[in-house]
Amino acid sequence: MADTAHIIKPQDIPSELPLNFKAKSKGILPRGATFLAVAIILLMLALILGNIVIGGAGSISWEFLTHPPEQGMEAGGIFPAIFGTVFLVLLMVIAVVPVGVMTAIYLHEYTSPTSNITRLIRIAINNLAGVPSIVFGLFGLGFFIGFVGGGMDAVFFPEEGPVWGQPAIIWAALTLALLTLPVVIVSTEEALRTIPPELKEASYALGGTRLQTIWKIAIPQALPGILTGSILAVSRGAGEVAPIMFTGAAYYLPYLPGKLNDQFMELGYHIYVMATQSPDVEATKPILFGTVLVLLTLTFLLNFVAIYIRSSMRRKRAGI
Amino acid sequence: MNELKFRPKSKIREFLGEKFIAVNAFIALIAIVLIFLFIFKEAIPIFTDSEIREEAGLDKMVFRQEFYEGREAKWSWQPNSEVPKYSLFPLFIGTLKAALIAMLFAAPLGIGAAVYSSEFAGKKMKEIIKPIIELLAGIPSVVLGFFALMILATFLQITLGLTFRLNALNAGIALGLAVIPIVFTIAEDAMNSVPGSLREAATALGANKWQVSLTTVLPAALPGIAAGVVLGFGRAVGETMIVLMASGNAAIISGSFLDSIRTFSATIAAELAEVVFGSAHYSVLFFIGSLLFVFTFIINFAGDMVLTRIKIKIQGKM
Repeated sequence: MADTAHIIKPQDIPSELPLNFKAKSKGILPRGATFLAVAIILLMLALILGNIVIGGAGSISWEFLTHPPEQGMEAGGIFPAIFGTVFLVLLMVIAVVPVGVMTAIYLHEYTSPTSNITRLIRIAINNLAGVPSIVFGLFGLGFFIGFVGGGMDAVFFPEEGPVWGQPAIIWAALTLALLTLPVVIVSTEEALRTIPPELKEASYALGGTRLQTIWKIAIPQALPGILTGSILAVSRGAGEVAPIMFTGAAYYLPYLPGKLNDQFMELGYHIYVMATQSPDVEATKPILFGTVLVLLTLTFLLNFVAIYIRSSMRRKRAGI
Repeated sequence: MNELKFRPKSKIREFLGEKFIAVNAFIALIAIVLIFLFIFKEAIPIFTDSEIREEAGLDKMVFRQEFYEGREAKWSWQPNSEVPKYSLFPLFIGTLKAALIAMLFAAPLGIGAAVYSSEFAGKKMKEIIKPIIELLAGIPSVVLGFFALMILATFLQITLGLTFRLNALNAGIALGLAVIPIVFTIAEDAMNSVPGSLREAATALGANKWQVSLTTVLPAALPGIAAGVVLGFGRAVGETMIVLMASGNAAIISGSFLDSIRTFSATIAAELAEVVFGSAHYSVLFFIGSLLFVFTFIINFAGDMVLTRIKIKIQGKM
């Protein structure tokens, strides 16, 4: 397979290839210009992180992380938002990981890569990854809250007001699960692809069935990839605001969400509302920067762990 | 590996297991179809309900309207005024301006960094650039919006002496930051997939390292790079939180990049919470959602197709 990668046909070579290379300049200009692009990106990143760390570090304290907001968000902490975010992504992971892993297994173990079904599912996954997050929010409102929740209310609670047909943490989590599904699928597939075929052949030789081979060989071997995908999904889900604005997030709640149909506070949404709708921006500024720093630290930590697991997985495979 | 003792084969278990996995595998496909159906469903009254059509029909959204007798006909987005106005044109202009600035900012930087990483950087440098881009990609869009709103806007206003603090330029630059990782990743991938034999051929013809890059690798990777730019544009059009926070959200028709703008995505985010369920305004917002969905679907579909084609063509394999 590897040798055919380098076979090129004559018609593949660009026809306008300038075949006379006379000038032997060192190419300072292209090298310098492209390096400048890297430098600008680095500078922007440093500006973003620097401003947030400097502005937010002063607000971070044990009090800040463990207490609810007070005096209209001008004092106190952000504990309910942290709790809501964790609860939300936990529900999301429970929903998205099994589905994502099974999709990857189906694509990799049960169907041929050229079959129409595989192609169709792949197109769907790629497009799901490209759907704007606000559209997921609209979908969550129309489908989960209106159709599923409203339907459940009509069947089970016809006498009462809305029980499930209203913004709730479960609907927000399911909306986010759809949004992060491609992340889990892609990561799991990458891991499945690196499993040496000998392992599976050995399992079949020992009398293992397809399902048994998947359960005892493929999934354990792909575990680092599944873990990477799950962590990346959590990191992505924890930072998304547009899909949860209409499906369950609330600016302020006097209680913590305890049931699946409760509303919840969330870090990203908290940042959005504090930054845009606060009556006194200067007064809420320290808490705002602190919240941004907490969210950024959370997503970066998750990303680092995922990148570390993935690179050590790749290194291990390359070492075999 | 001594746990590899298999229980006796069970045909029923195998069958049910496979079917269960297959059903789950179709969820992504079902989701795409459901998303389209449920968003479009809420937009349908625009075409069927005579009352809503009177208020916000397709003609009202597209053409100039004479809202008050005797006054000049114009495009206007004012859904909450006494005479609700639902012209999509100002939003279209706003979306286009934001996405254009984002691409003018992100395309050179993303492609430039990709060229440097793929062609000039040493192994160590590569190991620095990649995490930087991943870090940038990992910043939640609400944080980028926050940065643009609190810091970038002030900086731009002071440096350029602007009247409006929140404007298309501010939102576009922040949007560009979100797009850079997409352009970079796809462009770098495209250049890395150019076969070594092409480079070797150019080297044999007397080209030095950067001449190989510019005259051989870059042209061969161009369709892939273009696909990256197009996919980045799709992301820029659909991105919500950044423009919602950083653009000023005023639906103005103007050619200036220094005026405030209101985009499609931000309009949905800002107005859906307060809208009456089933009203004309509600349907229009879902119609905008349908437009965004269809637009990004086409962009992604085309982009993916180009990328797969190139892979097949350039490497002579599937």
